[in-house]
Amino acid sequence: MIRRFQVRLLMTLASCVLGICAQAQAQATPELMRVDSEPGRIGGRLVVGQSPEPKSFNPVFALDQPTQDVLRRMNADLIHINRASGKTEPALAKSWTASKDGKSFTVQLRKGIQFSDGAPFDADDVVFSYHVYLDEKLNSPQRGLLLIGDKPMMVEKLGPYSVRFSFASPYAAAERVFDSIPILPRHLLEKEYAEGKLAQAWALSTSPQNWAGLGPFRLKQASPGDRIVLERNPYYWKIDSKGQKLPYLDELIFLIVPSRDAQVVRFQANDTQVIAPLSAENYAALMPEQQARHYNLYDAGPGMEYNFLLFNLNDDTAKLPEVVRRQVWFKGLKFRQAVSMAIDRKAMVRLVYQNRATPLATHVTPGKKQWVNATVQAPEYSVAKARELLKSGGYTWKGDSLLDTQGKPVEFTILASASNALRSQMATLIQSDLKALGINAHVVTMEFRSMLDRIQNSHDYEAAVMGLSGPDDDPNPDMTFVTSDGPLHLWHLHEKPAPGSWQAELDHLMAQQLITLDHAKRKKLYDRVQEIMGRELPVVFLVSPNILGGAQADLGNLRPAIIDSYLLWNADEIYWRTPAGNH
Amino acid sequence: MNQHSRAVISGVLLLAFHAVVVLAGFFAPYNYATQDRLHPHAPPMSAHFFDCSGKFHFWPFVYGLKDKEGSFGQYERDCDSRYPVRFFARGDRYAIAGAFSLDVHLFTVDEPGRIFLLGTDGFGRDQFSRTLYGGQVSLFAGLLAAGICVAVGMLAGTLAGFYGGWLDATLMRLAELCIAIPALYLLLAVRSYLPLQVEPAAAFALVVLVIGSVTWGRPARLVRGVVLSARERNFVLAARGFGASSAYLIRRHLLPETLSVSLTQLAVLVPQFIMFEITLSFLGLGVGEPFPSWGNLLSQAQQYHNLVSYWWLLLPGLAPIPVLMAYYALSTALQRRLDLKGEEIIG
Repeated sequence: MIRRFQVRLLMTLASCVLGICAQAQAQATPELMRVDSEPGRIGGRLVVGQSPEPKSFNPVFALDQPTQDVLRRMNADLIHINRASGKTEPALAKSWTASKDGKSFTVQLRKGIQFSDGAPFDADDVVFSYHVYLDEKLNSPQRGLLLIGDKPMMVEKLGPYSVRFSFASPYAAAERVFDSIPILPRHLLEKEYAEGKLAQAWALSTSPQNWAGLGPFRLKQASPGDRIVLERNPYYWKIDSKGQKLPYLDELIFLIVPSRDAQVVRFQANDTQVIAPLSAENYAALMPEQQARHYNLYDAGPGMEYNFLLFNLNDDTAKLPEVVRRQVWFKGLKFRQAVSMAIDRKAMVRLVYQNRATPLATHVTPGKKQWVNATVQAPEYSVAKARELLKSGGYTWKGDSLLDTQGKPVEFTILASASNALRSQMATLIQSDLKALGINAHVVTMEFRSMLDRIQNSHDYEAAVMGLSGPDDDPNPDMTFVTSDGPLHLWHLHEKPAPGSWQAELDHLMAQQLITLDHAKRKKLYDRVQEIMGRELPVVFLVSPNILGGAQADLGNLRPAIIDSYLLWNADEIYWRTPAGNH
Repeated sequence: MNQHSRAVISGVLLLAFHAVVVLAGFFAPYNYATQDRLHPHAPPMSAHFFDCSGKFHFWPFVYGLKDKEGSFGQYERDCDSRYPVRFFARGDRYAIAGAFSLDVHLFTVDEPGRIFLLGTDGFGRDQFSRTLYGGQVSLFAGLLAAGICVAVGMLAGTLAGFYGGWLDATLMRLAELCIAIPALYLLLAVRSYLPLQVEPAAAFALVVLVIGSVTWGRPARLVRGVVLSARERNFVLAARGFGASSAYLIRRHLLPETLSVSLTQLAVLVPQFIMFEITLSFLGLGVGEPFPSWGNLLSQAQQYHNLVSYWWLLLPGLAPIPVLMAYYALSTALQRRLDLKGEEIIG
């Protein structure tokens, strides 16, 4: 008995020693990632304007863009989408393999790397993080992304640096799911999670000593309402081709600047050195002083944002007789086609976006280079053809006014967000274009949340100018918009499509593309989705603006991207070309 | 210049301003909604007598605009295209006071030429025409709201002052309540509760009515004061002694006494309400697109790029200045007259 105990003790000791040796070896030779961008110069600080202020440093509950903008510089994901190429690349996972049935995914983690507080990173952190994100009680915004076919993915530790993710059904583009899902430090958050206090952890007032992440920068100082100062993470896991540790910048500062216009002024005064996204007007306003003030402006081309004219096609509006009366027109395909044809998208591109936008045929913008169906074109602007369509639909004219089949004048209200000048301008142009058809449209600008409440909850509206933006160059994020049960299926929420209808076909196609692993087949399915959307026009698609930005000319490795964070996505590679003391 | 002349000059100027905005369709070369989509943000242009080569022309003309090479929204004059200014020429149809449909304009130029005296906005709409049309909403909203406010104030003040007792107490507490209500917030609430289907102009008229009917507190208190002193005068007491009815006393003796104070109030309140409309439209709560008002014309200047790139978008902000000055001059003259009259009576 004693002998057996001694043997076990010896074995335990031996394994401990071996384990420590292995750990020490792993720490001695961390598996760093080498980037192939231009090697830069270490030092300096970069100041960026931020509006509004981030809400916390807790990535589990970060929903809003400003918070995510800051947190993405402080955290790292397993597999990352390269914002310039749109393709996935290794991050904390050095490699991965998918099973043949597409239902599971095994990732190998980098060994020997550490969190920003020096604590080692391993598979336990990954399992803990995904456990937290998938926790139904916490209802983290990331949870929705990790549900495949309405079922949560399973996470399983295979070894200290190996993790397996399993899905209930095959999942196309599974590797893209891991992008922007930060890995959390188990050693700092496990206690809070166990006590049910995770939501209170890492508020803006948190001390930098209590915060840790795997991103290029770590928290140095947070002055609410003023600035957030991040400093270089000395444990970051990327190196350049010369073997220099990234990031190059000593500090990255987010200056809280209350409005977009104020951000432009601060950028012009060189109080901030990077600004993105920029509106086309502000881009034009900054253009003349480019040389004198040593900044460059960037036009990264069409982004993911698609703007559209939304008609209320909901069928639960019986208590709103004024809406029901107008829905008779809106539900007619010829009416929607005529409206689409009568809208001068080129004028919209010119007047609203100063030629820095593209007319749209569907929700798939030219920014989705891999997926856009080039055969579906935006309709040609023709008032004459639009009138013919209306005539064939039984509409008539009395003087300049369009009358419906009941002889009543066609008149409706278009809502636009009061805080978004561009959408109000689009609404005004549409109003003027529809006048040419004899349609009397009223534009009502409204506080955005009130407008959203009408569109999503009360359904007390007739038409609205809206815009949505996809986070990624992939069809999956469009599920929420295209499929009948999607939360952004705004024209008809909770729709129950009739079998054989085009909406039923859309639902089927989107469900199919979700599980089709072959890219060519998936593209074919998605091409068909675009054909139907372009033909049936559940909403009238308008234009997609370009992504514009500006940065000091002295910054190296700036690679503007069309998905967030436009100019800062590779903040770890950005550097000052001239000596850091100048900045 | 004495008070009487000032009052007369202010009155004449105000009449002229109001006449111009009522006849905006005639004075403006274009309709307020006409968009020239090829010329957004065109700078103000002027009529010329000398052409590019220095040659003199008897008849004024404007140049066409052409895009500057390699730029967007920047123009230079096209010396090859000259358009003579036509006076009393035909153009867009318009209606005077919603009744008479006409198409004769004071001045315009032949197509494809354009005359933009104050430049264009981001839709290529003529700012000069929009400023004239914009006055229709701003000036008449002010007049209408002030008229309602003073009428309600006169009525409430006279009744309270004449009858006294519980009626006086009730009306005056109500007036104090109205004075205490922050009108801007009330208006925001009213505007948000109006159904969407209401025409923007109708919605705005309703809002003006609401404002007029909750701001009567101050004129009512002033009128009450006048009635309180007037009802004790000898001629009123004598009329009462001869058996005059209350209605007769109010109509024949008391209301005329309150007239001067009411007129002064009117002259003070109209510019206040004009500013009120401008503020509301500036905040996006006034009339909706495409109809202009001085406030929503100015709201374009809220955006940084407009301030730095298109200075002419600020020009409509100058329009209210002479109107408000004339109203204030008129109210000062009326006030002085009232004071003198008071001194005469006391003397």
